[in-house]
Amino acid sequence: MRRHIKILEYALSSLVRRKYKNLAILLVYTFTIMLLASILFLTHALKQEASFLLLDAPDLVVQKMAAGRHDLIPVQYARAVEKIRGVKKASPRHWGYYYDALTRSNYTVLGIDTGMPGLHLVEGSLPSDKGQCAIGTGVAAVRSVGVGDELIIVDSHNTGTAYEITGTFSAQSNLLTYDLVVLTRGELMRFFGLPADRATDIAVEVHNEREVPTIAAKIRQVLPDTRPITKNEIIRTYDAVFNWRSGMMLVIFSSALIAFCILAWDKATGISAEEKREIGILKAIGWDTSDILELKFWEGAALSLTSFLLGSIAAYVHVFFFSASLLAPVIKGWSVLFPEFRLTPSIDFYQITVMGFLTVVPYIASTIVPSWKAAITDPESVMRT
Amino acid sequence: MNKHKVFIGILFAEVIILLMLSLYGTLATKERDRIELPALRELVASLRLTDLSLWTEARYTRHPSQADWFTPFQDFPASFEHFPAGSLIAPRTFSVDPVFPLR
Repeated sequence: MRRHIKILEYALSSLVRRKYKNLAILLVYTFTIMLLASILFLTHALKQEASFLLLDAPDLVVQKMAAGRHDLIPVQYARAVEKIRGVKKASPRHWGYYYDALTRSNYTVLGIDTGMPGLHLVEGSLPSDKGQCAIGTGVAAVRSVGVGDELIIVDSHNTGTAYEITGTFSAQSNLLTYDLVVLTRGELMRFFGLPADRATDIAVEVHNEREVPTIAAKIRQVLPDTRPITKNEIIRTYDAVFNWRSGMMLVIFSSALIAFCILAWDKATGISAEEKREIGILKAIGWDTSDILELKFWEGAALSLTSFLLGSIAAYVHVFFFSASLLAPVIKGWSVLFPEFRLTPSIDFYQITVMGFLTVVPYIASTIVPSWKAAITDPESVMRT
Repeated sequence: MNKHKVFIGILFAEVIILLMLSLYGTLATKERDRIELPALRELVASLRLTDLSLWTEARYTRHPSQADWFTPFQDFPASFEHFPAGSLIAPRTFSVDPVFPLR
């Protein structure tokens, strides 16, 4: 044990002797880990968020397909769906998109039935009359309006319509309602000029969740021009969206891995003459090859473990305390309305372990291998080079 | 002579900080599950929402789960992506059966 501690002590002294070079490696290494871990934490937290929140989404959503595209669905399709055994309720959903030329942002406009009970996360109330609306905090911020003010938007006849804002969704629900404008169903149909017998899609509730795939198959048989989307598929979409194969993850992981390969290649193809001489001297004064390998192991481990842990802590603070502010411009894309959200801290230790193996192990290996090459050659010839 | 003690101390402190952050995360999640989550799920159920309002720049990024068959690629598979968010998210997966049985 005492021998190992002495070697560790020597390794640390050796790192301190080349402090500027090693400090630079430490900073770059920590930053790379922070970037990788931030993406992992962010995508994992968003995936978790989606899987918790969307558990109460409709069991099935039935869309009508026309010429390979989503089309308005006849309302009577809901009655056909309701006749299928196992279906509890099928009701049309009316919703659409509105491009606000004033703020150059897109809103999601949703129609609800009048007389809906109040919701905990609505400050004020939901619309109960055709001249009223409730809005998300994004819409409120971008239009600088609040409860009691008017929201003026242009309908499908190119006429500006003023709606009294009766409620705003609270900031806690930003991830769900940031761009939402809620109108009464009748008013939404008038606003978009939807035919009375058409809806955007149909939401289906089933008695037994395990029957959802069977009911979806039956819907396809009864109504062949439709496309049922199950709740499971909705949740799995977010799994796929944020998994490691998604574009962002792939690009950053590949770049980081390539960077590590370059670092490893650079280290593996040779060590400096000074380091070689040091190894030669150590051998000449009686160090074994195994001692030198242990010395190099500790040098690599000290640097990579410190950077790895520092990077992970920095990523955690960045994502969960500062809402991933460094990544925000990348994630935001062209969205004018992008929610400010506070994610629930959650770490996937499996991902951390994988990241550790992909970064710490190659770095240590690339420190040891060239030193091993130098350590097995004759000390005299090493010192002379 | 005590560099190894400083090093072990730093490593130990880093591990403790990481564990404490993780513990904080677990406690915060529990607190949120108790207070916020029921209200959020009530919202999803009442308004029958299907997607997160993360990216509002295009239909298929606002509602990825409701997107057309090929909208993630806009015009044809593997075409250049128009919207930046499209390079962040992968195309959705579809179930093959029993929703779409082969005949």
